Amino acid sequence: MLAPVSEPTVAPPAAELPGFAGPEELGAALEGTGYLPDEGLATAAYLALVMHRPLFLEGEAGVGKTALAHALARVTDRPIYRLQCYEGLEASQALYDWDFGRQLLHLRAAEAAHATQDTEKLEASLYDRRFLLARPLLQALEDSPSVLLVDEVDRADDEFEAFLLEVLSDFTISIPELGTVRAVTPPLVVLTSNRTREVHDALKRRCLYHWLQHPEFDREVAILRRRLPQVTEQLAREVARATAKLRTLDLLKPPGIAESMDWATALHTLGARDLDPDLAARTLGAVLKYREDTERVQSMARGALFGG
Amino acid sequence: MADPDGALPARRDVVDTVLGFARTLRHAGVTASPDRVESMLVALGALDVLDPGAVYWAGRLTLCAGPDDLDRYDAAFAVYFSGERPRAPRASGRPEVHLTTTAPLEPGSTGGDDDPEAPDLAVQASAEEVLRHRDVAQLTPAEREHLRRLFALLAPATPMRPSRRRRPSSQGSVHPARTVRRALRSGGEVTRLMRHRRQARPRRVVLLVDVSGSMAPYADALLRFAHAAVRARPVSTEVFTIGTRLTRVTREMRLRDPDKALAASGSAIPDWSGGTRLGEVLKAFLDRWGQRGTARGAVIVVCSDGWERGGTELLAAQMVRLRRLAHAVVWVNPHKGRSGYEPLTGGMQAALPSVDHFVSGHSMAAFEELTGVIQHA
Repeated sequence: MLAPVSEPTVAPPAAELPGFAGPEELGAALEGTGYLPDEGLATAAYLALVMHRPLFLEGEAGVGKTALAHALARVTDRPIYRLQCYEGLEASQALYDWDFGRQLLHLRAAEAAHATQDTEKLEASLYDRRFLLARPLLQALEDSPSVLLVDEVDRADDEFEAFLLEVLSDFTISIPELGTVRAVTPPLVVLTSNRTREVHDALKRRCLYHWLQHPEFDREVAILRRRLPQVTEQLAREVARATAKLRTLDLLKPPGIAESMDWATALHTLGARDLDPDLAARTLGAVLKYREDTERVQSMARGALFGG
Repeated sequence: MADPDGALPARRDVVDTVLGFARTLRHAGVTASPDRVESMLVALGALDVLDPGAVYWAGRLTLCAGPDDLDRYDAAFAVYFSGERPRAPRASGRPEVHLTTTAPLEPGSTGGDDDPEAPDLAVQASAEEVLRHRDVAQLTPAEREHLRRLFALLAPATPMRPSRRRRPSSQGSVHPARTVRRALRSGGEVTRLMRHRRQARPRRVVLLVDVSGSMAPYADALLRFAHAAVRARPVSTEVFTIGTRLTRVTREMRLRDPDKALAASGSAIPDWSGGTRLGEVLKAFLDRWGQRGTARGAVIVVCSDGWERGGTELLAAQMVRLRRLAHAVVWVNPHKGRSGYEPLTGGMQAALPSVDHFVSGHSMAAFEELTGVIQHA
């Protein structure tokens, strides 16, 4: 891997043809990978690709925010780099870090060879690209073009947002000891958030904003059929219907598409060809993740939930 | 970044239309800053301008900043382009916040702000001490005006929690980057280990202020207290008002001037001096904000008299839920300051088992005490 490390020069990012004529074409390509976007999401992804703008996705847990980034990486045939955010995330874990162990070994070797006289030269050899450990953000810029997934950005703290802002506004990372790394083609950036915290406006302003919601019934059936070809059509339809019903019950955690997929898989594994009320009750753990929710649903008349 | 000039449609009327639309949107309450409008033009350049669906999405993706903006955007889009929006984008319609033009912040004290006849109380030092302990519900407009100035002196200290972020320090674990840099100075010999350790971060404080009719005499003072708290820690403090519905007023509270902040909040609160549905509103808070993260590990301060219209089972269940998410739950009840007060209201009795600190909030002295409770919660 040759590092595209250069002196800070002003090089305009090479204009690259996105390869998709419009949102519909990108949407169709995404469907080819098994990700079924609606019109708004396809438009959002297309604009992100053409405008070189990060795509900021918000929505309930389990509606396919992370899956979109993976699907986009597949249709654009780019490598994907994922940065999982958490509180206290630092530059050394997100951008780059120096390999201190090897640096110290290098120093020792230089000392043994009595080459420590010229400190300037020694220092230059110490802060060489081979001692630099690239973390996801730097990897995404170096391995251009790529897809960069910044997952659950709301979990990071505001200090992290500040330097994310710097990277996302001009797609460069400056390393004091080495120079500036610039992406030849800006990566396609997907930021996801579960809204546990309000992300700063300055970051949002640089992004295209899209709110993802639970898919409609037909789309959910189509997704289940596509992702789980082994599941019968009958089971997929009934699981989608029951999940949609569960979402209207005002539960502590309404099930997302990820949960309905888990549920269909669980039922299929137990040999179900349709939504058998007994099996459904036994596999509720795949869709409901709170004791209160499970108790409420179990106390309801089974026919009301799982009947035709 | 795409070059805006290259992507812009040359047609002037598109720009005019978009600018006009942005103006409509701002009237509807969406910020739609100029750089966002520019983004919309760039987005339109990449799409088909004559397709209403494309225009709808180009605007929605660039001009909106959060779920709250989406309903307003849809409404403004329908009005401005006077056509149907392409398709209903949200299945669950969120009740729209109805704005009222006037903010009856203090029923009964009209024109207290600019009354030239009001006697100046600032000279009476001993009166100030008395005022600090007076029940805010029984003050004259002039005394109340003076008390407002005292709120500016209130410095709410913040509760802290250990952070995962580290700072250079003389104690703690070894910081490899600084150690190597230091070793370089002595020709590669590690002579001294550099260290770093965790810092402390402010813990989130969430204030839920009851603005129902029964709390009306205290709502102004409580909101001023909330304003002081937000001013002290704008990032880690959240304020909601509760009544018949939940309203987030954190943004309004961030205004520097307390009177402007209160006026702005007043016009954002649709249910001022209405009834109370504590259980339902608390549930709305936990569903939309609390469980996602706002309440997690936070100090929750509920300011209410616990007057619940309906049954109290829902309130009790939501309080248990809140207690499990929060670091500490503080309940402020202004009536507790009265002698002989017993928490007899149904709502209060339902809530108390899940409350860590039960304090009064009826006078300036009580507010000062409250800051201490929050800090050490």
